[in-house]
Amino acid sequence: MNRETAINIGLLFALLSAGLVAWAIDAPFGLTLAAKVAILGLAGVGLNLALGYGGLVSFGHAAFFGIGGYAAGILASHAQNYSPLLSWPFEIAGTTSMPVIWLVAVLAAGVAALPIGALSLRTGGVHFIMITLAFAQMIYYFAISWPAYGGEDGLSLYLRNGFPGLNTMDPLSFFLLCYGMLVLVLGLAAMLVRSRFGLALEMSRQNALRLGSLGIRPFDVRLIAFVLSAMIAGLSGALFADLNRFVSPTMLGWHLSGDLIVFVIIGGVGRLCGPVVGAAVFVILEQQLGALTEHWQLVFGVLLLLVVLFARGGVIGLLAGRASHV
Amino acid sequence: MTGTLLAEQVLNGLQFGVMLFLMASGLTLVFGVMGLINLAHGSLYMVGAFVCAAVAAASGSFAIGLAAALAASATAGAIVEVTVIRRLYDRNHLDQVLATFALILIFSEGTRWIFGAFPLYLDVPAALSGAVHLPGGLSYPAYRLAIIGVGLTVAAGLFLLINLTGLGVRIRAGEADREMIAALGIDIARLYTIVFALGAALAGLAGAMIGPIQSVQVGMGEPVLILAFVVVVIGGIGSIKGALIGAILVGMTDTTGRILLPMLLSRVIEPAAAATVGSALASMLIYVLMATILVWRPTGLVGKPR
Repeated sequence: MNRETAINIGLLFALLSAGLVAWAIDAPFGLTLAAKVAILGLAGVGLNLALGYGGLVSFGHAAFFGIGGYAAGILASHAQNYSPLLSWPFEIAGTTSMPVIWLVAVLAAGVAALPIGALSLRTGGVHFIMITLAFAQMIYYFAISWPAYGGEDGLSLYLRNGFPGLNTMDPLSFFLLCYGMLVLVLGLAAMLVRSRFGLALEMSRQNALRLGSLGIRPFDVRLIAFVLSAMIAGLSGALFADLNRFVSPTMLGWHLSGDLIVFVIIGGVGRLCGPVVGAAVFVILEQQLGALTEHWQLVFGVLLLLVVLFARGGVIGLLAGRASHV
Repeated sequence: MTGTLLAEQVLNGLQFGVMLFLMASGLTLVFGVMGLINLAHGSLYMVGAFVCAAVAAASGSFAIGLAAALAASATAGAIVEVTVIRRLYDRNHLDQVLATFALILIFSEGTRWIFGAFPLYLDVPAALSGAVHLPGGLSYPAYRLAIIGVGLTVAAGLFLLINLTGLGVRIRAGEADREMIAALGIDIARLYTIVFALGAALAGLAGAMIGPIQSVQVGMGEPVLILAFVVVVIGGIGSIKGALIGAILVGMTDTTGRILLPMLLSRVIEPAAAATVGSALASMLIYVLMATILVWRPTGLVGKPR
């Protein structure tokens, strides 16, 4: 086991303990924060696949996060109102079952990411940043101007969606569910990065020409990574909707895309658990600074600026040294 | 539909396009010369609007407000360039995105701190408050016509500046080969500060002029920034000409689409549904335009092929 793996296991254990301690001292708010870290960290893990390993700086991942959230919100609202989602040509009812919602959220995010990725990947570099941002903004404006699901006001869920055998309204159960999904996805991401596909993705970032000469089209590898990354963000969005029992266009907004990038950077680009650390730092700062001053974003902005300008490699880079893959 | 309504929408589209051009030209100039993607450009627009609103309210004169807005945004741009942006030229785009994202947070929260959370309002200057009667029985607000006039004048001025003056020669040389012009004895650090401040002043001008039409509030720069990105992508990065073409195209498409789409749809489906679907689709129209142009020419209309 190398040092980074040990640190990753330690970090995941720390998050679990934080949740359990919050439960033991009967602090449900602490559990909610821990669940928030797990969920936002999950979205960051998704983005890291494209941004960290593939070098694709997507400034539009909130779109997929929000699509996942709306998938959960729309399905649950139809189930709550007993109105079918679709009545023709065949009837589709809403649902409040998390596994079904997750599947729909992941697929919806993937389906949206396919054309967006295919168009955005026709370009590179700074074009890619602006185009992913623009497409995310398109979905944002669509959500605002489409009144069926709350439009600008968003959509409330009366109850958290259910998971077979669990009471998801119980903070501990919900935290453990989110944590379980995080660990599962981290495991899958670790396997993916080590696989042939992961190596090809790495090479598409370092030397696309060489990858092409080996008979692998960089475009295909990048597109698959982009879609997978969006799917993870979609799953995370569905969980986030359940955490707050609320979905609004803010989840699709570009500020969230920026925050997701911030998680990846604070934690360390292309480091497996980096985004989880980044999300934890963000949530803790938001909590602590937010209690001190209502202008906490000002302080956060200054901190972020200093990190970008002077501290590179993120928290994991600080703890575990240079990345093995660079 | 009457011809007057269409003409009015075309003018509205032109006015919107001209505003977008003021934003996009600064962005594209900074990208072309320094290779920097600047998310904080919308914050400079916001600075222009706030300073104009505050100074105009205190002095009672829109002209003084406008002058103060130009000075303040150019100064803010120069300060930001010297303290932060200068360190980012050699970094990758990811670092640039993050650092300028941090600048947005600082600018937005700082503005909220100074001016409070409530929007400011700015009156249309008295001399331009009426409507102008145009040939064909159309009457159009004089202020919006003035915006179109100012925007087109600035566009012409920029063309002259870039193509005919010594500064323009240095800017074009900076786009072509940074190291070479530094080797020729041109103070490249100063050139970069000037270009950045020029872009900031253009954004501040746009913000100050939009003040009487919209409310002046924190976060007003961000939707415009993203539209300016769309313009730059459509026109081709680094090209002022592309920015002008792209801005007019986006302004026209957005404005006329919002009117025409619901009207066209109402012939096919019932009017209430047509209004809803039409407005939702119209809000996506410019992005569809961008996607179409990307498929056709990935580097933009005026961009150089890679």
